[in-house]
Amino acid sequence: MQAFLVIVKMLSIGALTALQISVGALAIAVCVGLLLAITRCFVRRRWVQVAIAAWSEWVRNVPALAHLFVLYFGLASAGIRLSPVTAACLGLGMVGAAVLCDVFTAGLRSLHLGQREAALSVGLVPVQVLRFVLLPQMFRVTLPSLGNYASQLVKDTSIASAIAVPEIMFYARHLVTSTFETTAIYLGAILLYAAIVLPLTWLFAHAERRLELSR
Amino acid sequence: MNTIAPSLLRVEGLTKSFGSAQVLQGISFELHKGETLALLGPSGSGKSTCLRCLNFLEKPDGGSVTLENERIGQLPARRGGTRLMTDAELAPQRAELAMVFQGFNLWPHLNVRDNVALGPIRAGGLRKSEAYELAEAMLDKVHLRHKAHDYPERLSGGQQQRVAIARALAQRPKVILFDEPTSALDPELVNEVLGVIKELAEEGRSMILVTHEIAFAREVADRVIFMDGGHIVEQGTAAQVIDCPQAARTRAFLRLVGNAPLPLSA
Repeated sequence: MQAFLVIVKMLSIGALTALQISVGALAIAVCVGLLLAITRCFVRRRWVQVAIAAWSEWVRNVPALAHLFVLYFGLASAGIRLSPVTAACLGLGMVGAAVLCDVFTAGLRSLHLGQREAALSVGLVPVQVLRFVLLPQMFRVTLPSLGNYASQLVKDTSIASAIAVPEIMFYARHLVTSTFETTAIYLGAILLYAAIVLPLTWLFAHAERRLELSR
Repeated sequence: MNTIAPSLLRVEGLTKSFGSAQVLQGISFELHKGETLALLGPSGSGKSTCLRCLNFLEKPDGGSVTLENERIGQLPARRGGTRLMTDAELAPQRAELAMVFQGFNLWPHLNVRDNVALGPIRAGGLRKSEAYELAEAMLDKVHLRHKAHDYPERLSGGQQQRVAIARALAQRPKVILFDEPTSALDPELVNEVLGVIKELAEEGRSMILVTHEIAFAREVADRVIFMDGGHIVEQGTAAQVIDCPQAARTRAFLRLVGNAPLPLSA
């Protein structure tokens, strides 16, 4: 019983860390991804287009684990010491930014050109056109992809255990080596991931339905 | 219409090319205050491009547009000559030149009232309550006040276009530009939109109307410009241009669209 409580307690702490990394990485991914997508759609300079495309290809074609190692061990050996959690947020956030940059770009490009023209012709400046006309519509269009990405991200936090982030899988492995309750512990870990991801999926599905109704 | 009235909008030598196609080859005309001007011509004659050059949604290659002595879309450049304004610099000028589009271009994520009030709130600096009052008054003008809380997709095409007209009116513009406002509508919905435009013309609004509805232009326009191949072929009162066109191309076009003028010399 004692051992069981310890397992539950440690896995729960791990789950909190996993959530923390998810929120941090999601924030970075949405902000940077949005900024890049807007830049890509509205700054026509060729070198800007090439730079964003190249960066996004580079980031997405390298395993996330490799990015985490570079950020954590690589930077440390260069004298920049990041905490495991910071490195995980930055690494996963960077990969997410590349993914969401493509999602948002496609979303913005799917909007009819007339939407922007109408907004300009009532006298809005470009920032207002984005804020009040284009982005609200873009978020509606991209909400399903955003939901997929968010639940993928929660599951991907498990790779952060490789740079010693004390999240669910990190504690699970640790507990297994000390208690040998392999089945119970990994089953517990699985249930915890499900307990985060399922409500998240439900939340996005609910939001989609709500937005569908309000138009 | 009184032709001695001071000119409100002056267009001089407007040129525009898309690649190797020269769509506007030096268009000049004036719009007087309170006047309704119809721009007619076959497809590809440049009339829509011309209209879109007036508020610089399309950037003209040359020429100038002046609204009450204010140069639209161009600023003196530091090294002499002129430069194009940015969209941010253009915003206050565009607010004075409202536009109604062929495809309505209402914003689907906002309800009808918010569609009309967005410009007044964000560009016109009105408070929300004032803007909503204005929006409802403008919706009244297009007979759609009862639809204020509906979303655009719930409305018919004709109703959507009337909302778009209310949105244009709410800008309190000096000129309203209509870009083929009935071309995307089912035939049975055309008249409700034309009816609203006619009411505006009778109120003495200053308007430029690109249209294929020749009979309607004949009815509401004070003056008509006939364009072909990027040129103005002829212009004059609606009666002059539509009933007794002088140019062969105007006559051919009117005959083609079923508005055959009487033979010049019977």
